[in-house]
Amino acid sequence: MPESSSDVKDLCSSSGKCQTWPLTGHLDHSPLPLHTKSYMLTNFCTEHNVPECVTHINQEVFSLGLPPVWTQTDSTSDMNVVSVLNCMYELLQLHRRGIQTLEKMEMDQLKWSNNVDSLQLSCTQLKEQLELSKRENMGVVERERQLQLKVKTMQNCLKNEKEETHKLQNIVSSRASQYNHEMKRKERELNKLKERLNQLLVDKKDKRLAIDISNKLGRADGKRSLWKTEKTEAKHEGEMYKSLLRDYESRQGQLLLENAELRKVLKQMKKDMVAILSSKRSIVKGDKQDHSAMEVDSDEEEEVIYSCQESADLFIVHSQEKLTNSVRRQWRRLKNYVERLDNQDDIKDADAVPRETSKEMGKMRQEKKQCKDSIEKQQHLLQKVSTQCDKETSDTTADDSHLLQEKDRLLDEWKSLEDQRKSFERERKNFTEAAIRQSQERKTFEEDRAMWLKHQFLNLSPFADTKTPQRSKSQCSFQMLGETQPIRASLPEKPIVTSPTPGYRPSVSPSTPDLLHTLSLICENSSSKPKRNEDAGDASFLAAQQKWWISGDNHSGLMLTREDCGSI
Amino acid sequence: MNFSEVFKQSNQLCKVSPDGIYLATCVQYRLVVRDVNTLQILQLYTCLDQISHMEWSSDSQFILCAMYKRGLVQVWSIDQPDWHCKIDEGSIGLVASRWSPDGRHILNTTEFHLRITVWSLCTKAVSYIKNPKACFKGIDFSRDGCYMALAERRDCKDYVCVFVCDDWHLLRHFETETQDLAGLQWSPNGCVLAVWDSCLEYKVLLYSLDGRLLSTYSAYEWLLGVKCVAWSPSSQFLAIGSFDEKVRVLNHITWKKIAQFEHPATINNSKVVVYREVEKKSAPGNEELSLDNITLGSPVLSSHSKYEIHPTPVQLPVVRPDPDRANPKIDNMASVIWVWDVQKMSLEAVLEQTSPVRCFQWDPRCSRLAICTGNTKVYLWTPAGCLSVQVPGDGGFQVQSLTWHCHGDPLILLGKEELCLCYTNTDTEDK
Repeated sequence: MPESSSDVKDLCSSSGKCQTWPLTGHLDHSPLPLHTKSYMLTNFCTEHNVPECVTHINQEVFSLGLPPVWTQTDSTSDMNVVSVLNCMYELLQLHRRGIQTLEKMEMDQLKWSNNVDSLQLSCTQLKEQLELSKRENMGVVERERQLQLKVKTMQNCLKNEKEETHKLQNIVSSRASQYNHEMKRKERELNKLKERLNQLLVDKKDKRLAIDISNKLGRADGKRSLWKTEKTEAKHEGEMYKSLLRDYESRQGQLLLENAELRKVLKQMKKDMVAILSSKRSIVKGDKQDHSAMEVDSDEEEEVIYSCQESADLFIVHSQEKLTNSVRRQWRRLKNYVERLDNQDDIKDADAVPRETSKEMGKMRQEKKQCKDSIEKQQHLLQKVSTQCDKETSDTTADDSHLLQEKDRLLDEWKSLEDQRKSFERERKNFTEAAIRQSQERKTFEEDRAMWLKHQFLNLSPFADTKTPQRSKSQCSFQMLGETQPIRASLPEKPIVTSPTPGYRPSVSPSTPDLLHTLSLICENSSSKPKRNEDAGDASFLAAQQKWWISGDNHSGLMLTREDCGSI
Repeated sequence: MNFSEVFKQSNQLCKVSPDGIYLATCVQYRLVVRDVNTLQILQLYTCLDQISHMEWSSDSQFILCAMYKRGLVQVWSIDQPDWHCKIDEGSIGLVASRWSPDGRHILNTTEFHLRITVWSLCTKAVSYIKNPKACFKGIDFSRDGCYMALAERRDCKDYVCVFVCDDWHLLRHFETETQDLAGLQWSPNGCVLAVWDSCLEYKVLLYSLDGRLLSTYSAYEWLLGVKCVAWSPSSQFLAIGSFDEKVRVLNHITWKKIAQFEHPATINNSKVVVYREVEKKSAPGNEELSLDNITLGSPVLSSHSKYEIHPTPVQLPVVRPDPDRANPKIDNMASVIWVWDVQKMSLEAVLEQTSPVRCFQWDPRCSRLAICTGNTKVYLWTPAGCLSVQVPGDGGFQVQSLTWHCHGDPLILLGKEELCLCYTNTDTEDK
């Protein structure tokens, strides 16, 4: 409303500071943001212009579609507060809504501006791309054009070359034919010249053309020459054919021989192959046997044919084919078999080898056992033979063997005797030791006895002095014994007693009679005592000792004999 | 090794009689006949002009002496020195002269190969054979002397004529499928005739005695073809040497190639024994020679610089294979001899000489190869080893060619103007 605006302007101008009011349907280019809430209070309404202001506001409100603020029908000049507040509330609502829509619109505008920017960017990019692709396209087009040009030029060249070669070939062939013609022409000319020359020479009847021979020679083979007739000509032909036939026959013979040889070789090969296959195969295949039987039959057939020498060539050819086919079959089988063996070996390599080795080992062990048995048997036999030889002294054929046997026997006897001697020595040692012990015991016993007797005598009888010299004798003897005894006792300590050296024997032997003597004395002495058990024992002991010494003497005699033997 | 004294000879004409008793040499216009063992002069004949060609008859009774310039042929008898025979071809000229196998006919080839005149010494009769072909080997006699094969060219076509040497009866006359027949050769058993084309085309044709074509063999096209052909003495193999430095061996049953021998510049086979001639100069004026054995695998021979490539002209197609050996010589490696073992079909030995090989020949009795290179040494190769011998001579005996005696033992060495015999009875071969 222009009036209102002018009024407002008037009002504003009158006031001083004024603010241009945003009016509906009238957008001013206000520099101020629209949604700022800091309004400057303006002096729109003063105490003087209230009704004008009211009417103005009524008009504005009415234009906005709101109920008026004040109506003149009101009794009082005072404003209706309720309606004013309502109006204000409505106005505030309107304002809010307006601000909301403003915000929305601002957002929308931002969005749209962003979109626009992005679109512009993409647009520029696409434009650039387009430019690039356009340029590339131009380049490619250019290249294509150049290549096409090249192709065209090459095709032209090719065409030219082909034409050239055609031309040259034509030239060459034409020249060749030309030269041939020329050559033939020249040859004809030459022939003509030759003939002409010949004619001239012949016509001249050159007398110099002659043979001057002192005497005619005979033919080389001594035969008379024959006239030239048809017979001779036929004979010549015949001879020529004969020589040709001879050559063919000899060649054929050679080929036949070769053929026979090869066939033999093939047969042999086939036999070998069949043998190998039949022996190696563990599973007996009926088909194979039949085949081999068939082949055997065919072989027999072939042999029959060949031996009969039938002239039917087809037959022989047929059998030849059979042979080759059968050989091929066998060869194929052999190949398959070998291949299978190889495969088997590859698979069962680990098993097969130890099995084989174990088998071999078993075999070897068996062989070892056998060998051992045979060796033992042989040893037994040898021993038997040797013992037999020892026994059979009379059964000797050669003196040397007899002597050797004797020698062996004697050596064995020597050994046995040595053993015996050793054993005797041991026994003797034992016996001496025993004797020594015995004697020692005896001595101790005698000493005790003597002491006891002495005591008894001293104690019992007054004839102690008279018996004393006997006793002294006996004492002396006892002392002697005692002396000897300790010597005797000490003797065993010496190793010389037990040594079986013959040298020592005589030295020992004199002392033993002394011992015996002393012992016998003691025995005599002791025999007077009432102790008879001991006597018996002593006597028996003495007898045993005597026996022993005798045997010892014998033993020494034996020793001597041994020595004698040894000296032989 | 013993050497005989040096005798004079001219024109490399020195031949041993087929029975091995006589040795005939030509000195200018004289014909000297010696005994081979004693080298005593037995006969001396004088011809009318310098002798161009000399040949023994097959029965060793007569010697043919041809004087091409004069167009004369003189025949001498060994048994009867008084007997004489003179054949004058007259103005028609003489290019070649040879005996027939029976020793009683003489075939003279006239100048320009106009015709071949067959003179009979038995009947004084004359026969003419027209249009003989002027090629490398246009005539060949079979070994048994029964047949003669002759190449003929008529109306720009090649023919082969087979004559019976008995009475010169034309047995067969057939055309060959060759462009330009270069040579023909009978097999040693006389049943097959090998015919080969000129070097512009590789083609070998095999004809039976009765004129049937048995087989054709062509290894390749458009390159230079066959250079030389040789039969094995048993007639089982045919060796064909060609310009591609290879030798191909055909078998007589199928006439197909069974082996191909190559001759590369580097040999890498360690089983091959390579002999290289090395010259040592120990004292001034004395040239000593030693041969080194070099077994291969070493890079020494792998460099090309070791071989001297001599573009020599085609020389000495002496290829007479042993039953066990074949040995071709290659022009661009003219100082190298390759010895192949035919039983194993492999290379056996390679001999590298210091100078190009001039001549080599197999011993007729055993596997021994004699080689000469134009210097004063003669070389002998056997499977056991290689040997080089200095030929004693005052002025330096340059060995130009050599031939073996038919029984194998004395080796005849021919120098420029002299000849010498080499006795190999007491040879000691050492490696």
